Amino acid sequence: MNLLSHSVLLAGLPMAEEGATAPVVAPDMGAGGVFDLLWLVIALPLLGAVLLLGVTPFLPPSLRASVDKHGHLLGTALAALSFVLSLVLFVALLGRDAEARQVGQQLWTWFETGSLTVGMDLLYDPLAALFLLLITGVGSLIHVYAIGYMEHDPRRRRFFGYLNLFVAAMLTLILSANFVGLFLGWEGVGLASYLLIGFWQHKPSAAAAAKKAFVINRVGDIGLSLAIALMFATFGTTDFGAVSELAGEADQGTLNALGLLLLLGACGKSAQVPLQAWLLDAMEGPTPVSALIHAATMVTAGVYLVVRSNFIYELTPVAQTAVVVVATVTLLWGAILGCAKDDIKKALAGSTMSQIGYMMLAAGLGPAGYPYAIFHLLTHGFFKANMFLGAGSVMHGMDDDVDMRHYGALRKAMPVTFLTFAMGYLAIIGFPGFSGFWSKDRIIETALAENLVVGLLALLGAGITAFYMTRLMLMTFFTTKRWEPGVHPHESPRVMTVPLVVLAALSVLGGVLLLGDWIKTWLEPVTGTVEHHEPPLPALVITLIITAVVAIGVAAAWFLVGKRDIPREAPRDVSFATRAARADLYGDAINDAVVVRPGAGLVGGLTAFDRRGVDGAVEGGSLAVGGLSSTLRRVQNGFVRSYALSLLGGALLVVLALLAVNLR
Amino acid sequence: MTQYIVLSAILFTIGCVGVLTRRNAIVVFMCVELMLNACNLAFVAFARQHGNLDGQITAFFVMVVAAAEVVIGLAIIMTIFRTRRSASVDDASLLKY
Repeated sequence: MNLLSHSVLLAGLPMAEEGATAPVVAPDMGAGGVFDLLWLVIALPLLGAVLLLGVTPFLPPSLRASVDKHGHLLGTALAALSFVLSLVLFVALLGRDAEARQVGQQLWTWFETGSLTVGMDLLYDPLAALFLLLITGVGSLIHVYAIGYMEHDPRRRRFFGYLNLFVAAMLTLILSANFVGLFLGWEGVGLASYLLIGFWQHKPSAAAAAKKAFVINRVGDIGLSLAIALMFATFGTTDFGAVSELAGEADQGTLNALGLLLLLGACGKSAQVPLQAWLLDAMEGPTPVSALIHAATMVTAGVYLVVRSNFIYELTPVAQTAVVVVATVTLLWGAILGCAKDDIKKALAGSTMSQIGYMMLAAGLGPAGYPYAIFHLLTHGFFKANMFLGAGSVMHGMDDDVDMRHYGALRKAMPVTFLTFAMGYLAIIGFPGFSGFWSKDRIIETALAENLVVGLLALLGAGITAFYMTRLMLMTFFTTKRWEPGVHPHESPRVMTVPLVVLAALSVLGGVLLLGDWIKTWLEPVTGTVEHHEPPLPALVITLIITAVVAIGVAAAWFLVGKRDIPREAPRDVSFATRAARADLYGDAINDAVVVRPGAGLVGGLTAFDRRGVDGAVEGGSLAVGGLSSTLRRVQNGFVRSYALSLLGGALLVVLALLAVNLR
Repeated sequence: MTQYIVLSAILFTIGCVGVLTRRNAIVVFMCVELMLNACNLAFVAFARQHGNLDGQITAFFVMVVAAAEVVIGLAIIMTIFRTRRSASVDDASLLKY
């Protein structure tokens, strides 16, 4: 039965470009066995959020105090359970044949109106499986880390409730079988991100950063919601399977619009230019949040969206080109920001932006790039979470100072943090053998094969990455002590270092996913296959070139940063380029000039029009009536004879009128 | 025939001018009566000319209305005179006091 529908589907499918087989999405509904527990993956962290946030405030005070004390253990345990379940599901999926690796679960009908039916459906396929492992795995580690990091925060219970809420929303985003469910998760992670960036809401800067992230994300969400509306209008459904079947019949304009609108949504969530300005400010949140949401998982949702919508992007070269352009600009933009920031978290955030740019670039290159986008997403999830948590550990030891100019020579004081951070560092710059080496290498190689200019820019980005990461590394762990007086750096407790060690191991070993092109074969049912163009040079030569560029970046950082004295205050007399990079390449100024000020002007104009125009018309009308009536009132003077005169005049007029009518 | 109509018009005009120019309420009242009777004269004259009774009946109605008006009007004038010792219509230009 399933096979039959498969072949029917295949026959009806529009063939994309030559050599490409469009992916078939025909999920096996109600596969039974362990797959019936799919919903539990979302339900477990959701339960944690409900218990910690919704139920606890209504408990009697004594019970509430004990939940406040131990609630974080519940949150962590539920996240870990979710991870175990994801692992079981993954193994079960591995056990199936490649064609049968699409499992669906229909939970209930979400809403039904007229011909529209939107179901609460889940789809578990190779792509979702990898994401599930990343989110619940890295998520659980960060939960554990946060137990130590948030130990002295009086609102720790609430923090873990928010973290669980985030995990549940992110899993909804990944597991939904249609765009509406995806949108639900999409908004959910936006909400959790807002709550967690502004977690220390007593700081005005944190509150402002949360608001900024929320507002800029709304701009992207408009794109996604319009895309969903367009899908409803064009296809009458938003199920991934149905849309991928019907997409071939839509006209080119609709497909272009869909692709570009989805890209707008992806830009908002993944902090891609031009909606990039919120990510650096988002570092106001607690460090575990930066690691989980703003490095490893949520910000990669845009990449997921593009890869998941591959059936649309395959048919619209315009949108694909737009993805590549946005990605290339962002990967350089983020890298440049990373070079100038002295705040360790902001430097890492710039680097996150840049790395997501790489993923987007790969996603924009079509079926040849999708597996590498996801591969880099996974390895980046490991090494960037590792480095963010390492930065958190450093901050923990340095009394929450984030200025790298006050660090220096920390490798002796914090050996575990240093060693794990070093693994992440080697992974991100692409040191041969480490996870980032494999993933970035493949992306640049694919980019070079598709488009020389984009490939060379990506190569340049790799060099800049090596530069700023080496600078960060040198300023933090090497060079001389520049500590604030009274600061005594110390290694963090075990509960924080164990997750670091695990993530460091993953950063080193993440490359095994590429063994025998495993990830490519694994994702084939989702992304389709295509014979990719041969790169202009042999792969080995490209790898050597990339490694050479990285080495140049490292050497430049050594000579410009490592060999010199680092002033404790950021130098003022710097070149224009440095000033621009410190000011986020004027991202805020551009937003201000392009959006905020015209918007304020428009609102001011509308208000003025309302005051003068609308209110003027209404008030002027009443004033005119009032003036006229006060003039007319004079007639009512109370003198009988004047009334008699007007009576006579009126009578004369009537008579004259009658005469005129009769005589005519 | 024409003489009746002319007389009626003259009487009406005298009454009209009287209403518009005189201040004493009694005189104004008399002028109103004059106008009414001028109308009556015209009604009766036209009834005679057309040879039916419509105009004459209307004249009776006018008389009845005039009589009722005299009763009410004189009572009002009396009351006003009692309160403000004046029968001038210009003095009673306000509805209060």
